[in-house]
Amino acid sequence: MKKLIQLTVNDREVEIAVEPNMTLTDLIRYEIGLTGTKKGCETGDCGACTVLLNGLPVNSCLVLAVQANGCTVETIEGLETEDGLHPVQDAFVEHGAIQCGFCSPGMILSAKHLLDKNPNPDESEIRAGIAGNLCRCTGYQKIIDAIKSV
Amino acid sequence: MSDHKVINSRARRIDTPAKATGRAIYVDDLSKPGMLYGALLQSPHAHAKILSIDTSAAEALPGVKCVVTAKEAGLVKYGVSPARYDETVFCHDRVRYVGDEIAAVAAIDKETAEKAVSLIKVEYEQLPVLLTIEDAMADGAPLLHEKYPRNITGEVHQEFGDVATAFKACDLIKTTTVKNKRQDGGFIEPQGCLAEVDLDGTLNLISSTQSPHYIQRTVAMVLGLDVGKVRVKKMYVGAGFGPKAGTNPMELACSLMALKTGKPVKMNYSREQVFMFNRGRHAFTHKITIGVKKDGTLMALEHECYLDGGAYASFGPATVYYAGSLLAGPYKLPNMKYDGWRIYTNKPACGAQRGHGAVIARAAFEQQLDMIAEELNIDPKELRQKNMMETGDTTCNDLNMSSFGMAECLDAVTGGSDWEAKKGKLPKGKGIGLACGFFVSGAGFPIYRSDTYHGTVMIKLTEDGGTVLVYTASAEIGQGSDSAFAMIAAEALGVPLECIRLASGDTDMGVDLGAYSSRQTLMTGHATKDAAEDVKRQILEVLSDELDVPVEGIDIVEGRITFDRPVDFSELRTRYIKEHRGWTDNPDTEYLTFKEASRIAYLKKGTIVGTGKYKPHFLGGTYKGAAVGTSPAYGCSAQVAEVEVDMETGQITIVQIVDAHDCGKAINTTSVEGQMQGSISMGIGEAMHEEVKFDANGNVINNDLAEYKMVTALDMPPVDAIVVETNEPNGPFGAKEVGEGAIMPTIPALLNAVYDAIGVRIFELPLTPERVYNAIQEANKE
Repeated sequence: MKKLIQLTVNDREVEIAVEPNMTLTDLIRYEIGLTGTKKGCETGDCGACTVLLNGLPVNSCLVLAVQANGCTVETIEGLETEDGLHPVQDAFVEHGAIQCGFCSPGMILSAKHLLDKNPNPDESEIRAGIAGNLCRCTGYQKIIDAIKSV
Repeated sequence: MSDHKVINSRARRIDTPAKATGRAIYVDDLSKPGMLYGALLQSPHAHAKILSIDTSAAEALPGVKCVVTAKEAGLVKYGVSPARYDETVFCHDRVRYVGDEIAAVAAIDKETAEKAVSLIKVEYEQLPVLLTIEDAMADGAPLLHEKYPRNITGEVHQEFGDVATAFKACDLIKTTTVKNKRQDGGFIEPQGCLAEVDLDGTLNLISSTQSPHYIQRTVAMVLGLDVGKVRVKKMYVGAGFGPKAGTNPMELACSLMALKTGKPVKMNYSREQVFMFNRGRHAFTHKITIGVKKDGTLMALEHECYLDGGAYASFGPATVYYAGSLLAGPYKLPNMKYDGWRIYTNKPACGAQRGHGAVIARAAFEQQLDMIAEELNIDPKELRQKNMMETGDTTCNDLNMSSFGMAECLDAVTGGSDWEAKKGKLPKGKGIGLACGFFVSGAGFPIYRSDTYHGTVMIKLTEDGGTVLVYTASAEIGQGSDSAFAMIAAEALGVPLECIRLASGDTDMGVDLGAYSSRQTLMTGHATKDAAEDVKRQILEVLSDELDVPVEGIDIVEGRITFDRPVDFSELRTRYIKEHRGWTDNPDTEYLTFKEASRIAYLKKGTIVGTGKYKPHFLGGTYKGAAVGTSPAYGCSAQVAEVEVDMETGQITIVQIVDAHDCGKAINTTSVEGQMQGSISMGIGEAMHEEVKFDANGNVINNDLAEYKMVTALDMPPVDAIVVETNEPNGPFGAKEVGEGAIMPTIPALLNAVYDAIGVRIFELPLTPERVYNAIQEANKE
């Protein structure tokens, strides 16, 4: 039996009926149509599904859609503005911090959250801040360089 | 300072802004009206006869549109190498590993499809399960594939020179046996596909693949379709590393169900299914015997290797060759004997994974070189330098080093890591280690016997506007190939990168063998350069004719037409402006622009299209298996690793890695460094943390990314990546590979560094704290 929920996604109000067992990832990707949030494992291990839920990074595959009722959700699509790329996105592009790109939406949101909290993190704080986002392509070096540069 | 205008720079990649913003589309992001979801029935048993399959309950479930088994799919055999085609889409009489596919269902949603799969009743008769090489080769062991006695998928016996005689002349002969564990590719995007049949009968298959071309041929062959009516495309792909280079049963099942239902069908692997499918690094046991003279001269290598290959051949027949052939370099080695066996077992098939069969062989060899260096009291760097091949040298098995910057790489890493100051001088618990390696820039031959070009590229100029459209069937899987080809096209044509618009990964665009064996930069790069030069020639010929200037006196540089003499081109400009009446930004420069020249060329000749193609000249020797290991060029690298080992717990901390890689010429320097750093992260994972674990019933027990331990940002040390350029004559603008060569030295550099720290050699991977701790304890007892 579906449940009606209301949430704000990237500053837009959304009202939608969802099955109780639907994950936030599936809600975002298939019901709302924002496919930037990725599914890498669906068991909360890889971080590719990271979104900001009420400002905090979460593995959206471990959040039920119904748990997001009344919450704000920020996905990767919410970072770009009419002025162009968010500084974190631009830094990732400039420093070669993106290869296959599948971890990037989650990684960028984790980085954004870190920098919003701590504008001048040292290297160990940066590594800890993205520890929940697996990347198989880059070896993390250029991701760390990018975050340092913002 | 580079003397190139576009390449050899840190240009921003053309695909990464879309990836940074979530705009980049991967296959699971797609949705089609009326789309069905597919699910697979996979064997829960590692080895069993199939007595019966009853799909009636599944078919009757509301919402199910299609149930297929071997009856519908047929039994055409496929695989990777035609001589070893041993797979069918679905099993019909026997399952050979936990995960072997038996049926598929397409339904209105995923939940219904999965429910239907659970309703398919299969009667099994369990058979003895063979989980080790010893079990599989034992007398009386059941044969997994009737054609292959003792479950040997393939065996190799090669000798170059005369090893026995050479050993007699050696002052020191050393033997070690090194083992690794099966690896998983660990790409963050699981395999997925979407198949749809057009109303004109074309099957469109979109898949997360490294090689649309190989998939296209396999789908056509297995399903009995006209290959001209099969189009395989890829969206952006979340990496591959090898397991995505061959066709998987899901792609075939998905295509079949799209044909049967007339509806688009989408399928995905769960992460669990990614582990079940595997096709990753084999488990190797290498017994290496090296003979040297007391001055350190390498004389001979005797090498015996067993590969645990899982239930199907996959790339295995090539793997067992690579395990031997790539030990013939990078040092001068006149005598080499290799015996290798690749064995079938009741586990997921192993395939090709970054570095293919050469990685663990390299680890064993470089570790033993270190042992020899120690015993002869020669510095490990000196021992390597003394024996190093040079540009132009050929190995005993006919592999030619047309460019070879190994000496430069060795100097760069020992300089950059303070090797002289640290080697042998660090306190107990701290260590430094060195290793070298090399790899092919593309296999010399395609995986099916053919005269085909390895890559074809089309370039079309827009009829107006000066935009250059580049079409390549090659696969951008994260390595940066799209950007590399855009940069090569721009460089060769003489225009800025912004003029290029590139599309890739579609079999309609041409032939490209895809992203494997580190081939694309060199091979597809050549085809791209070819096509761009073709276009340039056509434009110059038109200009020559229009302006009465010889072709040799005209050039295109950074989007400007240059002449070797004063030329009045005003008539051309007037014609151009007349055609653009109303435009507010018509050209008014003192030079003729590429935009104007390409418009004039179109008006003269019609659409300007250039084509390029690449096939290596015949490579290698004529002995059996000579093809494997051949390549038009070899990338090479050296690494120094510095570690700290906690003697009480066996925990290793990597302090730093310095890596130098000769890529010939960096098309995009940032991309080259990225490949080096990424290779190292996979090498560290394999050296220290990663192994696929099985229980006694053949189930993968660590089938998730928490228990299969890949390197996180907290585990990765700082990596100093040094790019070395030797201008490979066989490469476009001198470029050759970096995608796989850079993983070669990582494991042995760590093995050697750990030895330097703890004084104990370890011959089994991964170097878990437990294994290191036990080795220390064992040594203390003695």
